[in-house]
Amino acid sequence: MSAPVIDPVRPAAPDTPAGRSTKAQRTTPARFDTALGWNDGPGLAWALRVLLCLIALAVFAAPFLTIFSGAFTTNPSGSSLSFLPHGSTLSNFTVAGERGIWDYLGNSLVIAGGGLLLQLVVCTLAAYALARHRFRGQALVMMLFMMTLMLPEEVIAIPLSLVLGDVPVVHLDLKGTVWGVILPLGAWGFSVMMLTEFMRDIPTEIEEAARLDGVGELRMLWQIILPLCKPALGVAGVLGFIMIWDQYLLPLIAAKDPTDYTVTVALSILRTDPEVGSGVVLAGAVIALIPSLIVYLLLQRSLVTGIAAGATKG
Amino acid sequence: MTATVPAPAARRSPGKRAFSKKAVVPWLFLAPGLLLALVFKFWPMVKGIRLSFFDVRPFLGDQWIGLDNYTRVLTDHRFQDAIGHTLILGIGQAVGAILLGFALALLLEGQARSLRILRTAVFLPAVTATAVVGELWRLMYYPTSDGLLNSGLHLLGLGPVPFLDNPDIALYSTMAMGIWIWAPYNMVIFLAGLAGVDRSLYEAAAMDGVSLWQRLRYVTLPAIRPALMIVLTLATIRGLRVFTEVYVLTGGGPAGSTDVWMTRAYTLGFTRNDIGGASAASVVLLCVTLLLTVMVNHLRKRGGAR
Repeated sequence: MSAPVIDPVRPAAPDTPAGRSTKAQRTTPARFDTALGWNDGPGLAWALRVLLCLIALAVFAAPFLTIFSGAFTTNPSGSSLSFLPHGSTLSNFTVAGERGIWDYLGNSLVIAGGGLLLQLVVCTLAAYALARHRFRGQALVMMLFMMTLMLPEEVIAIPLSLVLGDVPVVHLDLKGTVWGVILPLGAWGFSVMMLTEFMRDIPTEIEEAARLDGVGELRMLWQIILPLCKPALGVAGVLGFIMIWDQYLLPLIAAKDPTDYTVTVALSILRTDPEVGSGVVLAGAVIALIPSLIVYLLLQRSLVTGIAAGATKG
Repeated sequence: MTATVPAPAARRSPGKRAFSKKAVVPWLFLAPGLLLALVFKFWPMVKGIRLSFFDVRPFLGDQWIGLDNYTRVLTDHRFQDAIGHTLILGIGQAVGAILLGFALALLLEGQARSLRILRTAVFLPAVTATAVVGELWRLMYYPTSDGLLNSGLHLLGLGPVPFLDNPDIALYSTMAMGIWIWAPYNMVIFLAGLAGVDRSLYEAAAMDGVSLWQRLRYVTLPAIRPALMIVLTLATIRGLRVFTEVYVLTGGGPAGSTDVWMTRAYTLGFTRNDIGGASAASVVLLCVTLLLTVMVNHLRKRGGAR
C-alpha cells in the first residue's frame, strides 16, 4: 500500500522491520515507547497507571456487566441494578420472548445479513471500476460516492420516508419490507473509497498477465483481485456490520407497523410496556448487544485498523 | 490520473466498436452503486429541497409558498432553542470526547498484552448500537436512590439526582453519554497518531532535558495535530445530526430541554405531519453539514500534503 495502514494495536518502530523488536535489537530504551514515558517496572508511576486503568475499565466496561447481571436478575421493582448478579433467572428472557423479541432479532439479522451482503457486493463492484479502469467522469463518480457520506439518514429522513413509500419510476412500496432498510444501505461511500484505495495498490503486472490468459472482467475481479483484497474486505465487513446494526432512524421510518422493527428499535417498545420491568429491557439489550459483540471480538483488529485508516488517510 | 481519455486518438479509428465496449465496462460495474445512491440518497435530497418550498397537503396537492417554511422554522422559538441545544451538545460532546479520548490514548498506549485487552474492553461503547447504549443509560440514570448512579452518589452522601427529569441538567446528562460513546472511538484514532511519532524524538527530547509537559506539548501534539483537526470537525458534524442518542434517552424532554435540531424536525415531520416545515429544517441541516464537510476535506488535503 502506498501509505501504510497504521495499526495502533501494534505500532511498528520505523527502524525495526520485524515490528516488535527483541531486547537485544532494541536501540531505544522502553521508556521512549510511549508519549508519557510509562515505565514497566514497579514504582509510583506504575501504581498510578494501574489505578487509572482500573478507573477507565470501570467507567467504560463495567456498565456492560450491569446489562448482563440485570438481565439475569429478577427485579419486579425495576430500578435496582448492580455490577454483580444476585441469583440468576431466565424469566426476563422468557418475558422478552413473549413480547416478540426473537422476531425482532430475526428482522435485525435478516437486515444485517442482507444489507451487508448487498453493501459488500455493490461497493466492491464500484471500487473495482474506480481502481482498475480509467474512464470519462471518474472524478465525478468518486465525488458522488463521497457525497453519499454527507447525506446520512438523519439529514434526508423525511423525504427518504416518502421515497420508500413510493420508489420513483417503478412505484414500489418498500415500507414494511426488509428492502426498505437494506437498499438505502447499499451504496456506502466509506467502503467504496477504502476498497478503491486498496485495489489501486495491486500491481498491474498481475492483471496484465491474467489478461494475456484471456481472463474476463468478472473472473478478474472474482479470482485475481478479490483474493488479494481480503484484509480490506474484512475491514469493510466489520465496519459495515457495526454501521448497519447501529441504524435506528432508518428501520423506524421504513417500518409500516412495529412488527417490522429491528431489535434495537424494539427496545423502546419493551421500555414503554408498563407490565415489564427493567430486567426485561436489559434482557432485550443483551440480545441486541450479542451479535455486534461477537463480530467485534472476533474481528477487532481489522475494525481498529479500519478506523485508524479512515481517520488518518481519508 | 487526471487524464480521462484512456486511448490515444490514433487507436480509436480501427476498432471503434471495441473501444466503446471497453468504455461501457466500468459503468456496468458502477451501475448498482450509482443507482442505489441516486434513488435512496440524491433523489430524497432533491425531493427534500423541493418540498421545503411547498405547503405539503396530502390530498389537495402541494402549493408553492416560497421561503415561508424557512421563515416559519427559523422564527419558531422551539427550533431556536433546539439550535442552542444542538450547539451545546455537539460542541460539548466533541470537546469532551476528544479530551477524554486523548487522555485514554496516553494512558493505554503501549505494547503489553494487558494493555491490548484493556483497549478492547474500553472500546466496547463505540461498537454497541446507540439505541442499546441509550436504554442502558436510561436505567443507570434512574432517578430514585436505588438507581445505579444514584446509589453510588448515595454512598457519597449525596441525594438522588433526577438526571433526565430535571430540565436544567438533562442536556448535560445526554452529553455525558455522548462523551462515553465517542471517547473510545477517538482514543483509537489518537493511538494511531501516537504510533506514528518518531521514538527517537522522545529520546532526543530526554537528552535535552525537557520536562514531560514540554515533551507532550512540543513533540507529541504537533505530531498528532492533523488527526486532531479531523476528529474535531467530524465530531462537530456528528453532533449536528445527533438524533438517536437524544431520541432514545429523553425524546427531547423534559419540557423540550434536550430537543435538538433533528428530534425537532422528526417531531414536525412524523408526528405533526408538517412535511414542508420538516423539509426546510432538514435542508438547513444539510447545508451546514455540507459546509462543514467541505471544510473537513480541505483540512484532510492540507493534512495529506504535509
